[in-house]
Amino acid sequence: MERIVARANARSKLTGMVQSVAEAATNNEVLPSPEIHLRAYRFMLLARVLDDKFASLYRAGKIMGGVFLGRGQEALSAAIGVSLREGDIFAPLIRDLAGRLAFNEPILDSVRTYLGSIEGPMRGRDGNIHRGRPKEGQLAMISHLGAMISVVNGGLFARRMRGIKGTVGVACCGDGATSTGAFHEAINQAAVEKLPLVMVVADNQYAYSTPTNRQFACRSLVDRAVGYGLRGDEVDGTNLSDCLRVVGAAVDRARAGEGPQLVVAHLLRLCGHGEHDDAGYIDANLKNSELGRDCLKLAEKWIQQQGWTDTATLAQWRSEAIQKVEEAVATVQREAGPDPFEKNYWSALSNPKFVEGNE
Amino acid sequence: MSITYLEAIREAQAKALADDPRVFIYGQDVGNFGGAFKATKGLAKQFPGRVLDSPISEDAMTGLAIGAAIEGMRPIVEMQFADFSTVAFNQIVNQAGTMFWRTNVTCPVVVRLPCGGTAGSGPFHSQMMEAIYAHYPGLIVLTPATVEDAYSMLLEAVALDDPVIFCEHKFLYYHLKAEKLPTEALPVGKARIAREGRDLTIVTYSAMLHESLAAAAELRNEGWEVEVVDLRSVKPLDTDTVMASVARTGRLLCVGEAWPWGGVTAEVITRVVSEGFDLLDAPPQRLNAKDTPVPYHPNLWSAHRPTARTIASAARKTLQS
Repeated sequence: MERIVARANARSKLTGMVQSVAEAATNNEVLPSPEIHLRAYRFMLLARVLDDKFASLYRAGKIMGGVFLGRGQEALSAAIGVSLREGDIFAPLIRDLAGRLAFNEPILDSVRTYLGSIEGPMRGRDGNIHRGRPKEGQLAMISHLGAMISVVNGGLFARRMRGIKGTVGVACCGDGATSTGAFHEAINQAAVEKLPLVMVVADNQYAYSTPTNRQFACRSLVDRAVGYGLRGDEVDGTNLSDCLRVVGAAVDRARAGEGPQLVVAHLLRLCGHGEHDDAGYIDANLKNSELGRDCLKLAEKWIQQQGWTDTATLAQWRSEAIQKVEEAVATVQREAGPDPFEKNYWSALSNPKFVEGNE
Repeated sequence: MSITYLEAIREAQAKALADDPRVFIYGQDVGNFGGAFKATKGLAKQFPGRVLDSPISEDAMTGLAIGAAIEGMRPIVEMQFADFSTVAFNQIVNQAGTMFWRTNVTCPVVVRLPCGGTAGSGPFHSQMMEAIYAHYPGLIVLTPATVEDAYSMLLEAVALDDPVIFCEHKFLYYHLKAEKLPTEALPVGKARIAREGRDLTIVTYSAMLHESLAAAAELRNEGWEVEVVDLRSVKPLDTDTVMASVARTGRLLCVGEAWPWGGVTAEVITRVVSEGFDLLDAPPQRLNAKDTPVPYHPNLWSAHRPTARTIASAARKTLQS
C-alpha cells in the first residue's frame, strides 16, 4: 500500500510540475477565465448536493438498485461538461453527474431515472446512472466498461461522412475500464480514423475494491497514449483550474482537427464504489495524501482566494442548489412509476409487427 | 445469365448504397480488397468513402456502427466470419439490442454474418450463430436460404429501423444460382412453403433447406409426400405457417445446422407442441449438428451436420412412428 501512495504522490507532484501555469502559457493555452471557473464550480456544487440527496434517498429506502456518486471527481467532470458545446457527443460514466449537468442534462432526468418515473428519459426501464438522450448527444451508458467509446467514435464518424464539422466527442472511464478489450479496440479505432475523440480517464486509485497495482503495470496510464499514436496529458484531478485548462485544451485540439486526445486525471474516489459499499479497503495514507483532497473544497478556496467570489455568494449558491434539488425531488415523488400492464412496455423492437411472445 | 447467392448479397449492398446515402459498409478487408469472400467487390471504388476497412476489432466495429446509427446512418457491418462476432457479442446484444427499449431511439444496424460450415473450415470458421442472437431481445435474425431471399431480405434488413443479424450461409455462396434477381419478395417474418406435401412437415432454414429438399426428393421415390417449410427469418418466427403445415401433415421434423441444445429447432417444436399438440399424429422430432465443435476433416464435417441422407433417415422414423 505504501508503494501505491508513493507512486500516486509522485504522479501528483509530476503532474503539478508539468502542468504549471508558466508552461501552459508557453504552450499558448488559454488560461481558464474566472467566469468558466465559477460556472464549473456551480455545477460541481449542484452535483455534490444532488449526489448527497441521492445518498440519503438510498439510505431511506426510496431508491431501488444502486446509487453511484461522483464525490471527489466533480472538478474533472465539470471541466468536461463546460468544455463541450451543444451538438457535441458525451458518453459519461458513473461518476459524471457534474459533467452531465454542465452538458445540459436537466436535474429532473437524473432524479426521474433514480426514482423510476415514467416522465424521465428511461421511463423506469433503466435506472440510476444508466440514462441519456442519445439524439441529443447524451449517450446512455451500458454497464460493460469501455463499450461506450466506440459508440462515440461512430457518432463522430457519421458526422464526418455527412460533412458536419467542428463537433467533438468525449468518452469517460475509470482506471479499471482501461483494462478491457473494448477500450483498446475503440482507442485504436479513433486513432486510425483520426476522430475528434477526447478520452478522459479518471484514475481514482480503485476499480471497485481493486487497487491500481492489480489493474495495470505502467508508470501512468497516460504512457499508453504513445502506443496508440495519440496525444496524452495528465492532470491533477483535484484541481479545478488544472482540469479546466487541460481538458479544455484537449477538447479544443480535437475540435481543431488534431485527432483523438487522451487525458488521464489522478484523484481519489471519496466514496464507495456505490452507496452499498463502505469502501473500508481504501488506504488511509491515500486519503491523507494530496490525491485525497476534496476538489470541491479546493475549488471553493481557490475562487475565494482569487477574489472572484465571497462567502456570502457561496452560501447563496449552495442554498440555491439545495432548493433546486429539493424541488426536483418533490416533483418526481408525485410522478407515476411504470405500469407493467401497459403493452407498450414489452416491445424491444420499434416495429410492432415483429413483436411476438408477450401474450 | 445467372447470379449466385454471394453475388446477390453484393448486388443488394450496391443497390442499398446507391439508393440511400445513409448506408455505409464497415468491416475487415471490405474496402479495395472487396472482402474475404468478395461480397463487397468493387463497391469501395463505386462508392468512395462509404465502404471502409476496419481494424481487426469486432467490438469497436459494431460500436461504431451503433453510434453512426444513432446519428441517422444505416451501417452494414461485415463480420469476416460469423464465428468472430462473439468478440462483438456485447455490442450486439447489450448495446444494439437494448437501445430502442431503453432510450426510444432506434438502432438500424445490419450485421452480416457469413455463417455455417464448408468442408475444411474447422471449429472457428463454421459456426451457426442464429440461436444465440435470437435468444436476446431487440434483434431481428434473418437466415436466407435462396439467392432471391439473400437479395431481397438484405435490402429489407437495411430498410428496417431495428438491428438485424443477417446470417448468410457460406456453403451457398458460390453453388447456389438463380436466373435473375427478384423484383418482389415475401416480407421479413413470413415463412415459405418450399415444397408441398401431405405426409410430413420438415421445418428448416438456411443451407439445411437444400439438404431437406434433397431428402424430400429421395423420400418421394419411396412414396412419401414431404412438405418443406423454409423459415427465412428465425426471429420473428412465422408460427402460423408452421402450424398450418403441421395441421395438414400431422407430423413434424425440425432440421437445423446449429448445435442441439436449445435453439431454433427446439423453439419450433415447443411452439407446435404447446399450441397444436392435437394436430400431431406422432412425436415431433428434430435433427441438429452434433454437440461438438465443428470438425476440420471433410469426413468428420459431413457427419457432424445433418445431410440429405440423415434427414431422410430421421424423416422415415417420424413417418413410420
